[in-house]
Amino acid sequence: MPTFVYMTRCDGCGECVDICPSDIMHIDKTYRRAYNLEPNFCWECYSCVKACPQHAIDVRGYADFAPLGHSVRVLREEEKRIISWKLKFRDGREKNFVSPIRTTPWGSIKPPSDYEAPGPDALKAQELSHEPGSLHIDALPALSPQ
Amino acid sequence: MGLFASRRTVFVDSDILVIGGGFSGCGATYESRYWGRDLKVVVVEKANIERSGAVAQGLYAINCYMGMQWDENQPEDHVRYARNDLMGLVREDLGYDIARHVDSSVHMFEEWGLPIMKDEETGRYQREGKWQIMIHGESYKPIIAEAARKAATEVYNRIMVTHLLMDKTRPNRVSGAVGFSVRNGNFYVFRAKAVIVAAGGASHIFKPHSVGEGMGRTWYAPWSSASAYALPIQVGAKMTQMENRIVLTRFKDGYGPVGAYFLHLKTYTENAYGNDYEATWYDSIKEMVGDYVDHQPVPTCLRNHAFLEEVKAGRGPIRMVTKEAFRNPHKEQVGWENFLGMTIGQAVVWASQNIDPKEINPELVMSEPYVMGSHATCSGAWASGPEDYAPSDYQWGYNRMMTVEGLFGAGDTIGGTAHKFSSGSFTEGRIAGKAAVRYVKDLGGDQPRVDETEYENLKTTVYQPMENYEVGRNEIVAGTVSPSYLLPIQGLQRLEKIMDEYVGGTSTNYLTNEPMLTRGMELLDMLKEDLPHLGAEDLHQLQRVWELQHRVWASESVTRHTMFREETRWPGYYYRADHPNLDDTDWHCFTLSRYNPGTGEWAMEKAPVHHIID
Repeated sequence: MPTFVYMTRCDGCGECVDICPSDIMHIDKTYRRAYNLEPNFCWECYSCVKACPQHAIDVRGYADFAPLGHSVRVLREEEKRIISWKLKFRDGREKNFVSPIRTTPWGSIKPPSDYEAPGPDALKAQELSHEPGSLHIDALPALSPQ
Repeated sequence: MGLFASRRTVFVDSDILVIGGGFSGCGATYESRYWGRDLKVVVVEKANIERSGAVAQGLYAINCYMGMQWDENQPEDHVRYARNDLMGLVREDLGYDIARHVDSSVHMFEEWGLPIMKDEETGRYQREGKWQIMIHGESYKPIIAEAARKAATEVYNRIMVTHLLMDKTRPNRVSGAVGFSVRNGNFYVFRAKAVIVAAGGASHIFKPHSVGEGMGRTWYAPWSSASAYALPIQVGAKMTQMENRIVLTRFKDGYGPVGAYFLHLKTYTENAYGNDYEATWYDSIKEMVGDYVDHQPVPTCLRNHAFLEEVKAGRGPIRMVTKEAFRNPHKEQVGWENFLGMTIGQAVVWASQNIDPKEINPELVMSEPYVMGSHATCSGAWASGPEDYAPSDYQWGYNRMMTVEGLFGAGDTIGGTAHKFSSGSFTEGRIAGKAAVRYVKDLGGDQPRVDETEYENLKTTVYQPMENYEVGRNEIVAGTVSPSYLLPIQGLQRLEKIMDEYVGGTSTNYLTNEPMLTRGMELLDMLKEDLPHLGAEDLHQLQRVWELQHRVWASESVTRHTMFREETRWPGYYYRADHPNLDDTDWHCFTLSRYNPGTGEWAMEKAPVHHIID
């Protein structure tokens, strides 16, 4: 609807509340568990589904146009750096897909301040950080003023 | 003093304030830190930068990569491509600037860990089309966010920025921004020497096809609430090409992308009776737009036009012919992973309706219009161009600075630069970040100061909807109908209806005219009068209120620009029925608008299109 939360699986940890780009995953005050309080602002982006440690969140396609009986489940294994999908059609057919999500360890990006500081003249030039080397060509292309 | 005046005010000082932590904001943050080692760089984001902005869900392709290292394309080629697609009107100086830098951004992404597919034979990036390369981009945003977090001094998540602040000591100079925490309700005053608006474009200003639960499945994210435009407009920045809304031909209901299907899988479209239809409409399009119809590739809007006419002629639905391509298991896998990587909702639709493209050719649809600046369209702020070659009338200060001093922009915010997509938006953020560092260093001791009266007044304004609700709620027993306040969803639906029916939405087949626009403007004016009466039950609804406010600012700008341009430049995006043809004699120009914050008046003007690339 589109995302919803299974009562028996959710432990109210709030990971979904923290990640939802639309701010629609909230903690229900009575049950102390998460729920989607504004399904018509849900993009079915699956950010909350992927983030839920309990696998308590699922998606039921928008009622406007999605007949019941389908499922699109995901397992995002951050440490293994892969994502796995299982699709189930309304008529029961299944499809499975696995993709890589990252080639380097999480947290391994070098901060820009760890690179040697550029000189004052470079600030006035047109090259951006790491250029021209990072362009993999000799020099930054330019046009002549008209 | 209102009920909520006791909310705590938090002051945050910075040298550079980046508003919005999507792709352009992350690029701006990275570059600001690289060049400004000693500067305080602050990012403020209404969601969580780990999954925010248009790429929250991931992407399966990078749509702007030159491949200069393999001599695949040169920046000039990309300018010609974007210019052609936008029917002649782009800021070539800005477009070239992005194109010459964009490869370095993509190479950084790969070094950081983004899986980019490779062509097994050549070892080069796997091309989807001339400009597109294919990626496994489920974690595209988390990877870019990691780089931004490591570059920023501080990241403030879950703060909705509502207004920019102006300098107390000097007119037309920015001094910061205000907003509120969606979590604890604190009021934030960000004091900054330079501000980079890297916020999102606009979904939900035109009524979407689906209006129930499915209203969330818009093509552009529902959280793209036009802050990219509302923030600069309100302080008097000039805007350009705001009439240039975009309509997308996509798979029906889920708005799953068609790029990989056309370009990589080599699928094609046909009408309900199995016939090609684009050629049918060639002569009538030629009558409207002249030689532009002969340009290659055929501009996106003109292909939309043929689709629309074919459906109006009673030969819909239009389908994508997938059955042949999907017999190839590799292509089938790419077809599905393409959705799972960036538009999961389309996979949900197909699973629910038993649509397996191996057996059924799926339906396409033309979406409702969107206003943004990074796809095949270029609405946004009028910005200063690159110092080394931009024509003199496109250059008044630092690169990507708007017509307000110290106010920079990137991504959806900056107008005239179509076909940036994710990599180009990040790159434009980098360009703006470096320019902002230069600006801050040049300021020296001449620093902007915020005006206490200004932010205190804004504090009252920002929380007023909660007071409206608190007071009005006691008048009624229960439910959503109040004589005293409007809920944000009610205001949003009124806005969408006005824009849809009068400004060229789906219900009129994207058609409008001067009398319709005039009536639309009258209704928008009444909506604006009602906005101070919006009611918010809680902080989440307060966010929805301010998103609506931003959408209304953008909508008014769109309406005024559409009224000003007396021609039909982009048939298939929208039609001025009273000026049904493209008119290069009078309208081969940019439209510019400026809202005067002092008087509340809008002024329109034309600006020349300089063709600096042959």
